[in-house]
Amino acid sequence: MQIRRALASAPVAAPHPDPDALAAVASRAIGAEVTIEAIRRLSGGASRETWAFDACTPAGGRHGLVLRRDPSRHAGASDRSTEYRLLAAAGAAGVPVPRVRALLEPADGLGSGFLMDRVEGETIPRRILRDDAFAAARPVLARQCGAIAAAIHAVPAGSLPPLPVQDAAGQVAQYRALLDGFGEPHPAFELGLRWLADHAPPPPERPALVHGDFRNGNLVVGPDGVRAVLDWELAHLGDPVEDLGWLCVRSWRFGNTARVVGGFGDLDDLLDAYAAAGGGAVDAEHVRYWVALGTLKWGVICIAQAFTHLSGTVRSVELATLGRRVAETEWDLLDVLDGGW
Amino acid sequence: MQDRPTAAELVAAVREWIEHDVVPATEGRLAFHARVAANALGIVERELTADAAFTAAQRERARALLGHDGPAAELERELAARIRDGSLDGRLDEVREHVRRTVREKLAVANPGYLPDAARP
Repeated sequence: MQIRRALASAPVAAPHPDPDALAAVASRAIGAEVTIEAIRRLSGGASRETWAFDACTPAGGRHGLVLRRDPSRHAGASDRSTEYRLLAAAGAAGVPVPRVRALLEPADGLGSGFLMDRVEGETIPRRILRDDAFAAARPVLARQCGAIAAAIHAVPAGSLPPLPVQDAAGQVAQYRALLDGFGEPHPAFELGLRWLADHAPPPPERPALVHGDFRNGNLVVGPDGVRAVLDWELAHLGDPVEDLGWLCVRSWRFGNTARVVGGFGDLDDLLDAYAAAGGGAVDAEHVRYWVALGTLKWGVICIAQAFTHLSGTVRSVELATLGRRVAETEWDLLDVLDGGW
Repeated sequence: MQDRPTAAELVAAVREWIEHDVVPATEGRLAFHARVAANALGIVERELTADAAFTAAQRERARALLGHDGPAAELERELAARIRDGSLDGRLDEVREHVRRTVREKLAVANPGYLPDAARP
């Protein structure tokens, strides 16, 4: 098993990080002289890379590590040091995350990024939902996600790096503008935008840390259940129910439509565990609002991916076909607007 | 008038070659992209066969809603704008019915397996 899916949407070619430079940082992180073995690219696009490798000590010790980096920062690339500080704060607050080990410094010569422990487990949703190895984990995942979400939303604000505040109304406006930029009519999304503007929940009394991409696919799962939450680069401050809704977006059920939570669990389990872990009572209709917004967001992102191909930025049959998956999100959104899940 | 195979039949031939010969002979990223490519050709096959009827039906519904005719794409653009500006708010049930049908027709081409059994064409 691997911690990140060896992305079918393969990483764009990138030079391997310099092994000597990596060994120096890993030695600092581990506190022993190490050599680097088994380095391999896990995922990432043009602006961001994730590499797995083993740091090996002369005594035969082997430490699984992950390098997250932006080889050359450019406009729009998220700041790896923010992610590092976020992971440290979340870990200190009891959220299961990979332990961060070292922040890269300019003198390291490896770009902007950090090292963290590699958490063994599975992230590929279809395997988590179907493989026998996770049969015992599946019934507990929804409750675990509820408890983890409560822990994320309780991370003390004072321990966090500066993060943007994003409320529902602001996100609706943002995605409306993004949609307009493509110039393609989507009446289903227009119906959604109207509904979302009319039903936006009031801003939370106290904005909480929101993971921003809390879903099946960003969870490292073992036979025992969730071991770590990955991919924090969309984290912001806002309405904590956003994370619960995003977890329930139908696109992340990977065919297990009847299981509302990630394709593996039921909403009652998620919300009960969330309340029991201190997250507070959450109205299912409040979750459904964020499911609707999440569905629209994913649909607009699919359009954006198709236009990444159509504009010639990245020519790719995979990106092109995402444009024809938009109708799936339109269908799902209409169901949610009709009161469905 | 072209000879057989028709466009849809030619696309099907290429899709079958990818599915039967290319996918089993490749692995990893290449096999994945071969499956994506075969899936894309399946969309083209369904569109060549069914889309004229879908577009005609969509245009007729939009004409009834908007009160004038035009190319289907232009009517859809006007519909989107009028949902946004609220000028169709008095007829939202009709609008929803039209939009639901249009999305169903798009899915019947793009991914019929996504539709619940009762909604399949």
